[in-house]
Amino acid sequence: MTEPLLRVRDLKTYFVTEQGSGTARAVDGVSLDLFPGETLGLVGESGCGKTVTSLSILRLIPEPPGHIRPGSFIEFEGRNLLTLAPKELRAIRGNRIAMVFQEPMTSLNPVFTVGDQIAEAAIVHQGLSRNAARARAVEMLTLVGIPDPQERVDHYPHQMSGGMRQRVMIAMALVCHPKLLIADEPTTALDVTIQAQILELLDRLQRELGMAVMLITHDLGVVAGTADRVVVMYAGQVVEQAPTTTLFARPLHPYTEGLLASVPRLDTRVSQVRGRLHSIPGQVPAATAWPTGCRFHPRCPYAWDRCASEEPPLLDAPGGEAGAHTVRCWLLTEPQRRERRA
Amino acid sequence: MTPGARLVQVDGLVKHFPGARALLGLGRARRPVRAVDGVSFAIESGQTLGLVGESGCGKSTVGRSILRLIEPDAGRVTLDGVEVLALGPRELRALRRRMQIVFQDPYGSLNPRMTVYQTLAEPLAIHRLAAGPEVERRVRSLLEEVGLDPAFARAYPHELSGGQRQRVGIARALSVEPQFLVLDEPVSALDVSVQAQVLNLLAELQRKRRLTYLFIAHDLAVVKHIADHVAVMYLGKIVERASAAALYGAPRHPYTTSLLSAVPVPDPTAQRQRIVLQGDVPSPAAPPPGCPFHPRCPHPKKNDRCRTEPPALREVAPGQLAACHFAEEPM
Ligand SMILES: Nc1ncnc2c1ncn2[C@@H]1O[C@H](COP(=O)(O)OP(=O)(O)OP(=O)(O)O)[C@@H](O)[C@H]1O
Ligand SMILES: Nc1ncnc2c1ncn2[C@@H]1O[C@H](COP(=O)(O)OP(=O)(O)OP(=O)(O)O)[C@@H](O)[C@H]1O
Ligand code: SF4
Ligand SMILES: [Mg+2]
Ligand SMILES: [Mg+2]
Repeated sequence: MTEPLLRVRDLKTYFVTEQGSGTARAVDGVSLDLFPGETLGLVGESGCGKTVTSLSILRLIPEPPGHIRPGSFIEFEGRNLLTLAPKELRAIRGNRIAMVFQEPMTSLNPVFTVGDQIAEAAIVHQGLSRNAARARAVEMLTLVGIPDPQERVDHYPHQMSGGMRQRVMIAMALVCHPKLLIADEPTTALDVTIQAQILELLDRLQRELGMAVMLITHDLGVVAGTADRVVVMYAGQVVEQAPTTTLFARPLHPYTEGLLASVPRLDTRVSQVRGRLHSIPGQVPAATAWPTGCRFHPRCPYAWDRCASEEPPLLDAPGGEAGAHTVRCWLLTEPQRRERRA
Repeated sequence: MTPGARLVQVDGLVKHFPGARALLGLGRARRPVRAVDGVSFAIESGQTLGLVGESGCGKSTVGRSILRLIEPDAGRVTLDGVEVLALGPRELRALRRRMQIVFQDPYGSLNPRMTVYQTLAEPLAIHRLAAGPEVERRVRSLLEEVGLDPAFARAYPHELSGGQRQRVGIARALSVEPQFLVLDEPVSALDVSVQAQVLNLLAELQRKRRLTYLFIAHDLAVVKHIADHVAVMYLGKIVERASAAALYGAPRHPYTTSLLSAVPVPDPTAQRQRIVLQGDVPSPAAPPPGCPFHPRCPHPKKNDRCRTEPPALREVAPGQLAACHFAEEPM
């Protein structure tokens, strides 16, 4: 089997909050693998720790108030990112690992042209001359499908639409041909039509450039169409992890099941969809006060007393290879309880 | 009013925004933004019309013009037979009781310095609907109706989650007991799970209070769960209007077909032919000639006529209107 490109083990990223409301355990023991050339979907509700996980990988957590706990381990291309010197880290960030953020307007600098911003990374990381970097910027704008790249290279971010700005962000991220692209909700702020364009673009670029992608989203529809494997997070932990087709065909964690059922769908008849949508009761608790036992138990339709007192570990789903499909739920030890409710 | 009667009627609504002037008055003034350009529809009492389209197509401008939160340039709007656009300021204030709006942004639409109690009590005082201990009773029952614990009355907006804030926004709109609600992207900013909770709440309130909704959204899957009829907008105009069953089952406009095909389906085994529309929406200050959709239109029969002659919005099947030269031979 191939070695993972990225290996995260027991990642814990905590924040000391103001007003003494306690420590926010934003990411609390996350382990995951990402293989070369693979697309991994990272999904979960707002506040479950997706962004903090990705920022931890790049070591972009503001310290204070945040810190990555001792015992956490992040290995990329065989090197432990958590012990790298700042200089070595800078050589990886933006070069071997690149990131696209959710809000293109806040991550592009309004006073520089998009060409200058794309060229910057090529100058810093690859030592290109200004002229060569500019030519690279035009090439990247062409690659991400911006019309009239020769002209657009001299435009400022405010002269572009939201979809075009997101393409520029992707062009910036890809300028050094990274091995890993982390895309944090790259299409959430966009219309479905533009979202379809961007997803198609990411898909094509991944095939052409052979990079791995970590796609962070709360939209299971996006994951279904693009990811090879999915990691579902809840309350700072991984609660289920499986190949995409397995996860959608046989979700085993009650949270995944609930998330899937709440998605408004187009592929059902109007007469069937009118009426109640399934919804998960309650809301995500605060990161300063995760529930005891299984963190999902206050919202879980199957919970029994064990769930409230004992925290379930990640268990292997029956019938598969070890580690292929893992689920953090006690139901795996007492499957008859699921049937009794259904 | 009798069920099935038209509660809201909109005819030929137009709103153009003046174009931004070049800096320091130099250069030519820009062309006006044709945000809404002749929009007509009706909503029956107790029903929901979904208004869908890409960002900037004019959905919010339609919703705000109907309530006269902005003044439209032309057209006719009636609510239960009352000519909304002809009303003076006093009559308009009285009519506002009967029609309310819920905004997309649960963060920006509540006053950060007011508690939930103050937010809900204010409209009761303005419209003199309650006084004294009655106010407290009303606020409590509104909170219960939108599924919030009455203890939230003392909370400030920053202490609430997005879904909770949206519930407060809905409670505030309901406090004056309106007949008609404009819901401007009420769930777009919410997580799927919370979105489902709020959609269920809206459906339940509609049943209980016999409310009529204009539901604005950019997501056709969400609209499918709540709308009886759907209108699709493109560059300030309605390009297709039909019952939900007809629009989802047999769309006639290539733009509707494209929008439907762009919605991600949560099923990795689904074999779908996806139409990815090329390019962005053109500027509403300079809509393309002919059919405004022609530069992006994927219809295989697209021809010169599309580039020169604007197609009329016409009935192409019983109760189904579409503005495409080939609406009789859909994609
Ligand atoms: N700088 C910070 N200080 C304190 N708490 C923080 C900080 N950054 C994040 N958190 C907390 O960490 C938790 C996880 O946040 P994170 O941004 O990773 O969520 P997310 O899954 O990306 O959500 P979303 O879908 O809203 O982007 C949240 O409860 C958040 O409040
Ligand atoms: N006050 C204003 N002044 C000038 N132009 C405006 C104003 N309000 C809206 N517009 C323009 O009118 C057009 C329609 O805007 P509107 O907000 O109605 O679109 P929308 O369909 O609601 O979009 P979204 O999905 O982004 O909310 C846009 O081009 C917008 O820039
Ligand atoms: S462990 Fe218990 S509470 Fe947690 S998801 Fe499984 S059944 Fe529900
Ligand atoms: Mg995030
Ligand atoms: Mg709007």
